[in-house]
Amino acid sequence: MTATVLHVDGLGKAFRTYGSEWSRVLSWFGRTPDIVKEQWVLRNIGFRVAPGEAVGLVGQNGAGKSTLLKLITGTLRPTAGRVDVHGRIAAILELGMGMNPEFTGRQNVYNVAGLMGFTRERIDSLMPEIEDFAEIGDYFDQPLRIYSSGMQMRVAFSVATAVKPDILIVDEALSVGDAYFQHKSFDRIREFRERGTTLLIVSHDRSAIQMLCDRAILLERGAQIKDGTPEEVMDLYNALLAERQEQTVEVRRHDSGRVQTVSGTLEAVVEDIALLNDRDEPVEFVNVGAPVSLRIRVRVDQALPRLVLGYMIKDRLGQTMFGTNTFHTEQIVEDVEAGSIVNYTVAFNANLGPGSYSIATALVSSDTHLINNYEWRDLALMFTVSNHDKSYFIGTAWVPPSIRIER
Amino acid sequence: MWSMLRSTWAFRYFIVSSIKTEFMSRFIRSRIGGIWMIINPLVQVCIYALILSSLLSARLPDLVDQTYGYAIYLTAGILCWSLFSDVVTRCLTIFIENGNILKKMVFPKICLPLITTGTALVNNALLLLAIIAVFAVLGHGLTMSVVLLPVLTILTLALALGFGIVLGILNVFIRDVGQVVPLVLQIGFWFTPVVYVPSVLPENLRSLLFLNPLYPLVSAYHEVLVFGRMPDLSALTGTAILAVGLMAAGMFMFRRAGAEMVDVL
Repeated sequence: MTATVLHVDGLGKAFRTYGSEWSRVLSWFGRTPDIVKEQWVLRNIGFRVAPGEAVGLVGQNGAGKSTLLKLITGTLRPTAGRVDVHGRIAAILELGMGMNPEFTGRQNVYNVAGLMGFTRERIDSLMPEIEDFAEIGDYFDQPLRIYSSGMQMRVAFSVATAVKPDILIVDEALSVGDAYFQHKSFDRIREFRERGTTLLIVSHDRSAIQMLCDRAILLERGAQIKDGTPEEVMDLYNALLAERQEQTVEVRRHDSGRVQTVSGTLEAVVEDIALLNDRDEPVEFVNVGAPVSLRIRVRVDQALPRLVLGYMIKDRLGQTMFGTNTFHTEQIVEDVEAGSIVNYTVAFNANLGPGSYSIATALVSSDTHLINNYEWRDLALMFTVSNHDKSYFIGTAWVPPSIRIER
Repeated sequence: MWSMLRSTWAFRYFIVSSIKTEFMSRFIRSRIGGIWMIINPLVQVCIYALILSSLLSARLPDLVDQTYGYAIYLTAGILCWSLFSDVVTRCLTIFIENGNILKKMVFPKICLPLITTGTALVNNALLLLAIIAVFAVLGHGLTMSVVLLPVLTILTLALALGFGIVLGILNVFIRDVGQVVPLVLQIGFWFTPVVYVPSVLPENLRSLLFLNPLYPLVSAYHEVLVFGRMPDLSALTGTAILAVGLMAAGMFMFRRAGAEMVDVL
C-alpha cells in the first residue's frame, strides 16, 4: 500500500434541526435527540491522497467544497465517516484571520502564528524569513491599519506559509496582492510541492486545474460524482454547467418580465443562446484564441419588416471588448412572419485575454436600439477565457506577436 | 481529556500572547499606555475610600473605631464580586463573539475561556494592588491571613469559570441565555453582601443567603481583608464542591457540544 497523507472515508455532514434546542442540549447527556430535519450537505465522500500529490476540488457553488475543506481542516466535525490526516494542514483560504489593525505587522505575525499553534521561540526563529518574504520594508513595524490591502495579504501569506505544511489547501481564486507577489507565492507553493507537500486546490478554472493537479474530484450537490484525471473531471464539470444553463434559460423565459436586464417590446426574443466549441459542444471555458461560435435562436412573435441582431462581448467590468450587428454586416432579415424562428451562428476566434466575459444581445430594426428595441438582453451568456497553451501575457486582448531580436 | 490538555499546552504561547494583546489593544493609541491599567482601579478605590466613607458614614460593628471601615468592606467585596461577574459575563458570549475564527481556524476552543480568565485575573490583581496601596496610605494594614487570598481567588475563578463555560456553551445554542444571565447577575449582586452587612438583613432573608455560593467566598474575603482574621475554610466546602462540579459539567458539555458548536455559529 502506498503512503497516504489524507484519507477520507465515507464522509458525510448533515446539519440538524432539532425540535427544540433543549432537546439538543439533553442529547449530550444521553437522551435520544428529537431531530426534526436533517440536511445532508455532503454524503459518502471517499478518497485517498498520497504525499506530494496535487488534487483539484471542483464543483459549482453550493456543491459542498467548502464544507469538505472545513471537515478536512477540522473546524467542522463529520456526521458520518471519518477524515484521517497525517501531518500538519495549512489553508490559505482565510488570509488575514486573527489580525488586528492597531498592531504592527510584526506583532500580528506573533499573534497569527500563535493561533497556528507555534511557540514564541519558533516564531522568533521564523520571523526573519517571514519579514523577508513579505518584502514590505519599514511597514513591517508599523500598524496594519496604514497598510494597503495588498500589503496585508503579503504579510498574511508569509505567515501562513512560513513552515512547510504536509497538506496545503489553496483557493486558486484567491489573489495575493499584485502580480509580482502572486508569482512569488505560486513559486513558493510549487517549491513546497517539490518537497513533498500535498496540495488541495479549489478552483473553477480549467487551466489552473489542468496545470497544477494530477487528479481532480468533482462534487455535485454534496456527492462525489467523479474522481479522475483533471481532463475527465473538467469535461464532466462543463457538461454539468451546460445542463444548468439550459435550466436557467427555462427559468428566465417564465418570468422574463421581471428580469431587469431584459428590456424591449418583445416582438422578437432570444429564445436560446449558446457558446459552442469547434466540435459544436456547449462550453463555458474557452482557450485563448480558440475558434468558437455563438448560436442564437430568435423567436419572432409579431410580423416584422426588418430584424437586426446585435451582440457585444463585455469583460467582467462591463467594458465592451467587441460588438457589432447584422445591419453593419449587411445581413438584415426582412419581412419576418409571426411565429417564425431565425437562427444566427456567429463564429469568431476568442482572441481575448484570460478572464470572465459576458455577452449581451440586442434585437432591433436598424443600427441602433433607440428606434425599435425588440429585446435587449444583458448577461445573456457568461464564459471564461483561460490560457492553456499560449505564452504568458496580460490584458484583455490577444495580440500575438512575433518578436525579432537583433544584436 | 488528556489530549485536550496536551493541545492546550501546545497553544500556551497563544494564550499568553492573547492576554497581552488584549491589554495592549486597549491602550495602544493612548500616550501613557499601560499606566491606564493602574490608574483605573486606583481611582475606583480612591472614590470608595474617600468619598463613600465620608458620605455614608456607616460604621461596621467590628470596626467602629475606623473611619474607613465601610470603604474597606466594600472594596473587599467588590474584589471578589467583580472577578466572578467579569469571568461569567465574558465567558457567556466568548464563543459567539469568536464565531468567525472558530469557523475558520483550528485551535483548541478551550483557549478562549482561558484567555478571558487570564485577562480577568490580571485586572483583579491590579485592583488588589490598588486596594492594598490605598489602604496602606490610609493606615489600614494587612495581616498574615492575606496569604489565603490566592486560595480564595482560585476558588472564585473556578466557580466563575464553571458557570461561565456551562452558560457560554448553552448560549451558543439558546441565545436567550445571554439575555437572562446579566439579569440574574444583577439580582445576585444584591443578594450577596457586598454593599451591605449580612446582619442588616431580616432574619428570614438572612437564612436564604446560605443558598448563595458566593456568600461564603465574599465573607472569607471580608475576613482576610477587612478584619485580618483567618477565614473558616470549612465554610467554603460547599462552594468548592459546586465549583468542581460545574467545571466538570462544563468540560463534559464542552466535549459533547464542541462538535456541534461550529454548526450553529
